[in-house]
Amino acid sequence: MSYSARVSVMLKQGIADPQGQTIERALPALGYRGVKNVRVGKVIELELQAESPQEAQGLVSEMCERLLANPVIESFEVTIEGEQE
Amino acid sequence: MSAHVAIVVFPGSNCEQDCERALRDLGCTTERVWHAESSLPDSDIVVLPGGFAHGDYLRTGAIARFSPVMEAVTTHATSGGLVIGICNGFQILCEAGLLPGALRKNSGLKFICRWVDLRVENNSTAFTSRAEIGQVLRIPINHFEGNWYCNDTVLAEMKEKGQIALRYVDSPNGALDATAGIVNSAGNVFGLMPHPERATEELLGSEDGRVILGSMIDHVSRVPHAQVS
Amino acid sequence: MKVDPGIHRDLGLTDAEFDAIRERLGREPSYTELAMFSVMWSEHCSYKSSKVHLSTLPTEGPHILVGPGEGAGVIEVAPGVAVAWKAESHNHPSFVEPFNGAATGVGGIVRDILSMGARPIALLDPLRFGPLDDARSRYLVEGVVSGISAYGNSIGVPTVGGETVFEECYAENPLVNVACLGVIEDKLMHGRAEGAGNSVVLIGSSTGRDGIGGASVLASAEFDETSMEKRPSVQVGDPFTEKLLIEACLELIRSDLLVGFQDLGAGGISCPTSEMSAKAGTGMQIDIDQVHRREPGMEPFEVMISESQERMMAVVAPAKLDDVLAVCRRWGLEARVIGTVTDSGRIEVQSEGSIVADVPAPALAEEGPVYERALDRPVWADSIQKAHPGDDPPEDLSSAVLDLLSDPSIASKRWVWEQYDHMIFLGTIQGPGGDAAVIRLPDTEVAVALSVDGPGRFCYLDPYEGARLAVAEAARNVACVGARPVAITNCLNFGNPEKSDVMWQFAEVIRGMGDACRALGTPVTGGNVSFYNETKGRAIFPTPVIGMLGVLDSPEKSVGLRLRRDGDSLVLLGDTNPQDFGGSGYSKVINGVVAGKPPLIDLDRELKLHRFLFEGCTGGLLVSAHDLSEGGLAIALCESAIPAEIGFKLDLSVEEDYRFLFAESPSRVLVSCDPSATDRLIAMAHELDVPARVIGAVGGSELSFGPGSVDLAEARDVYTNSLSAHIAGTS
Repeated sequence: MSYSARVSVMLKQGIADPQGQTIERALPALGYRGVKNVRVGKVIELELQAESPQEAQGLVSEMCERLLANPVIESFEVTIEGEQE
Repeated sequence: MSAHVAIVVFPGSNCEQDCERALRDLGCTTERVWHAESSLPDSDIVVLPGGFAHGDYLRTGAIARFSPVMEAVTTHATSGGLVIGICNGFQILCEAGLLPGALRKNSGLKFICRWVDLRVENNSTAFTSRAEIGQVLRIPINHFEGNWYCNDTVLAEMKEKGQIALRYVDSPNGALDATAGIVNSAGNVFGLMPHPERATEELLGSEDGRVILGSMIDHVSRVPHAQVS
Repeated sequence: MKVDPGIHRDLGLTDAEFDAIRERLGREPSYTELAMFSVMWSEHCSYKSSKVHLSTLPTEGPHILVGPGEGAGVIEVAPGVAVAWKAESHNHPSFVEPFNGAATGVGGIVRDILSMGARPIALLDPLRFGPLDDARSRYLVEGVVSGISAYGNSIGVPTVGGETVFEECYAENPLVNVACLGVIEDKLMHGRAEGAGNSVVLIGSSTGRDGIGGASVLASAEFDETSMEKRPSVQVGDPFTEKLLIEACLELIRSDLLVGFQDLGAGGISCPTSEMSAKAGTGMQIDIDQVHRREPGMEPFEVMISESQERMMAVVAPAKLDDVLAVCRRWGLEARVIGTVTDSGRIEVQSEGSIVADVPAPALAEEGPVYERALDRPVWADSIQKAHPGDDPPEDLSSAVLDLLSDPSIASKRWVWEQYDHMIFLGTIQGPGGDAAVIRLPDTEVAVALSVDGPGRFCYLDPYEGARLAVAEAARNVACVGARPVAITNCLNFGNPEKSDVMWQFAEVIRGMGDACRALGTPVTGGNVSFYNETKGRAIFPTPVIGMLGVLDSPEKSVGLRLRRDGDSLVLLGDTNPQDFGGSGYSKVINGVVAGKPPLIDLDRELKLHRFLFEGCTGGLLVSAHDLSEGGLAIALCESAIPAEIGFKLDLSVEEDYRFLFAESPSRVLVSCDPSATDRLIAMAHELDVPARVIGAVGGSELSFGPGSVDLAEARDVYTNSLSAHIAGTS
C-alpha cells in the first residue's frame, strides 16, 4: 500500500539557532510583539510503499536516522498520513 | 621521499585542482578518484577537498557520505591510513562518523571568505608535527557552515586526548571552543575548516599551509622534519 | 491555427512588427511562432534600439580573436593563451526577486563564457542600489549579495572585484551587472550548426515554466504597480547543476566531441536553434516531445521560450553521439537529442506529430527590426550643466573627510566581498578592495587585470564626456596595478529608449565610448544592453559599465594601493583643476548636489599616464599606486593609508585648500616610492610628459592634509564599519 509521510527536522533543544533568533528579532519591527521561541527547521514530504502505517512509520524513522536528520544536532518527528490511492 | 595522495572528487567538489597543485609543489604525486569508484588506488594519504559535494543539498556532506568511494575511505582510515578533510571534506567526515561532531551554519549567518590566524594546540599529530605548540598559522577560511559543535561529553573526551589540534585566534563563526581543526582519537583522520592549499605561496598571502600539508607528508615519508628541506 | 487579433500586443510586439512577421512568413503566424518572434525580436535579444549605434564602436584589434556577436569576446593575452570576457545584466529580475535574480545572472554569464570553450575563472559584480536609509534597498542589497555568493561560490568560480554604488536614481531600478573571465582550455568553440544530418542535443536541467516571457515581458517594459505579479517569471538557479555542466561540457570539448555549442539564456530554446542555424546557413528540425520537462501539460510555445536555467545546446556528429551521452550520464546530467540539423534554412518545430512552427532561421535571429529611434537633447541637459556644482567649502575639513569615508558608495565594501569566495584557483594575486583585480591564469605565468567602472553621475551631466571618463577610468585602474589596457566588454544600462532624451543619452554615450576606445587602443569585444530601467517615468542615470581587461608583464610585477612604511614619498601624477566639482562625490555627500559639468579629459595625457604606470610598476619603482576618483585626492590618500594602518603628512601650498583635496580632475594617480627613488621617479615621469610632484610623505598615526587632519584609528573605524552599519539600519 502507498502511504504519504511528513517529516519535520528541527535542531535539538539547546543547540543555538541563529536563524530562529534573527527572525525573532525581526518580527517586532513588523508590529508583532511578544513572539518568542522562534525555531527554524525543515519539512520533508515523501510517498512510500509499506504493509501498514506502523511499518511505514518504522521505515521513515530509519530514513531519518540514516540520512534525513543529523542525530548530533537534529531531532525529527514522523507523521504518516494514511493510505493513498 | 614523496607521498602518493588520492584526492576524492564528488560531483560539486571544486578545490581538487588547488589541492593537487599545492601537494605537487611539495613533491607528492597525486591521483583524482571519482566518488562512484568503489576502491581507492594504493595511496599514503587520502584528501577530501573543499567544495559543495552534491550541492550541499539536505545538509552539507549528508549525501556525499554515502558515495561508493566512502567505504574505501573508511577502510583506509580504520587501517590507520592518513585522511585529511578540508572544509567540505571535514563536513563529509563528520557526517560519515569518521570524526566527531557536526558543522552548523556560521553564527553570523553569512558566508565568510577571509584570512584567519590559527593557533596550533597540539603538535603531536601527524598533521601538525612541523609546528610548535602555540604557533600561529595564517590560513584562509571559505565557508557558510564552519560552526563546529559536539556535546559536552564528547568535548570533554576530546580535550583530554588533545584532539582539538587547531583553534581560531579570533573565532569568525561561533565554533564551539573556537575549534578550527580536529583529529580522531586514533590521530590519523584530520578535519579542518581552513584551506591549507590556499596558503602555500607568499605571492598569494602566506605559506603557512605548508606546515599542515608538510607534516602529513613527513609522516608517511617517515623522514624527520629536520631532514626535509 | 490563426492567432487571436491583438494577442501579439500582449507578447510585447507592435502592430508594425506583427505585420512584418506576417509578410516574412507569407501567412499568419501560429501561436508558437508568434511566441518565438516575441522573444527573439524583444529588445533584450535583438538589440533593435541599439544596433545602429553599437555598430559605430571599434571592435577590431591585433589581439582580438572573436568580437561582438558570439557568446563572449575572445582576446589573446599571451602567445597561445586566450581568454573570453563578457558582461551581462540581470536588472529587472533582481528587483522582483533579488536572491534568484542575481544568482541566475551569474549563471547566465558563466554559460556565455562556457559556450566559447572557456573555463570560467573570475567574476566581477558591479551593483547599484538606492540609498540605504530605505528598507527596501537594504533588502535588495542583502538579497543580491547573498544570491551572487550562493551561486558563484557553489560553482567554484571566484568573485574578485566589482562595485557597490548607492544613488537615488537606482532605488526602484537596481542594477545587477556581472562580468566573467574565462580561459580557453583547449579549443575555441563557435555557435554554428554546421552539417546537415548532425544531431541537436539539449544538455542540463529540465525545462519548466521558469521565465516564460521573461525576455519580452520583463526586460522590454518598464515597471509599474503590477510588477510584483511578475514574480513567477523569475527563474530559480541550481548552481550544483551548473557546476556539473561546466565540468561535463569542458570534457566534451577536450574530447573533440562537439561541432557547435551555445548556451541557453533569454529566449530559451528559440535562441540557440535559430542563431546557430542562421550563422551556418542551415536549419533544424526540432521535436519538442524529446525535451526533458519538469512540468506536465506544457504547451509547445512554453517549451520553445521557457528560460529554465542551466541548459546548453550542442551540435554533434552522429558518430560521436554515444560518447556525448555517456559523458553527460557520468556527470549526472540529462542530455536529449531534440532535433537534427537540416539544409532547409528553417526552424521546423514538431509537437505530438504536427508542425507547430516553421520559420526561416534568419528571420528570427538576424532580421529583427532595427530602429533608428528619435534622439533629442533634452532641455534640462543645459540647465543642469549651468547649475551650481555644489563646490562650497566645507564647514570643517576633517568632518568632510569622515563624512565622505562613511558614505556607503565610498566606504569599504568588505561586508560585500567577504561573502564571495575570492581565492579559489590559487590565482588571485590582488582581490577585491583595490583598483583592479589581478589574476594569474591557471598553469601559466600570465597575469591579467580586470576592472569594472560606471560613473553614472558624470554620464547624467554629460553623456558624451561621462562615457569618455568611464573608459579612461577603467583603463587607468588596470594601469595602476601594472597592466596594459587591452580590450573592453560593457553593460549599458539606460531608461526607456522610446523616449527621445534617453535615446539621445545612449547615442552620446556610444559616441564617447567609441572615441575613448579608439584613443586608448581598447576595442569593444562584446557586451550587453539593458534598456527600460525606469519606474513611473523616472529613469536611472545613463550608466555605461565598462569592463576593462589588461595584461601584466608577469604576476610578480603587480602593484597595489597600500602605502608601505614611514618615510616613503607620496607623489601625485597628473594635473588638478580646482574647479572640477561637477558630479563629484564631495558635492553630493557634503552639499547634496549633483550638477554642473563633469571634468574634461585629455585622452593623450591619459595614454601617457598609462605608459608611465606600466614602466613604473614593471620596473619596480612604485611601492603603491592608486587611481584618484570619487572624493578626489583626500579619499585616495585615506584609501591607501587605512588598510596599511599607517598615516601620512602632506606638504602643500596655502592655496591648495579643500579644492585641491576634493576636486575630481581625471588622469591622476597617487603613487608612493622609496625615498631614494623619488628623484628617478619624477625624472621618468617628466620624460614621458606626465606631470609629477612630491606632495608629502608616509608616516605617523594621523592622516594629515595640511589644512586639517583626521586620526587614523577614527578614519579606519568609520571607513571599515560604515557599510555594515547602514545595512543593519543602525547607522
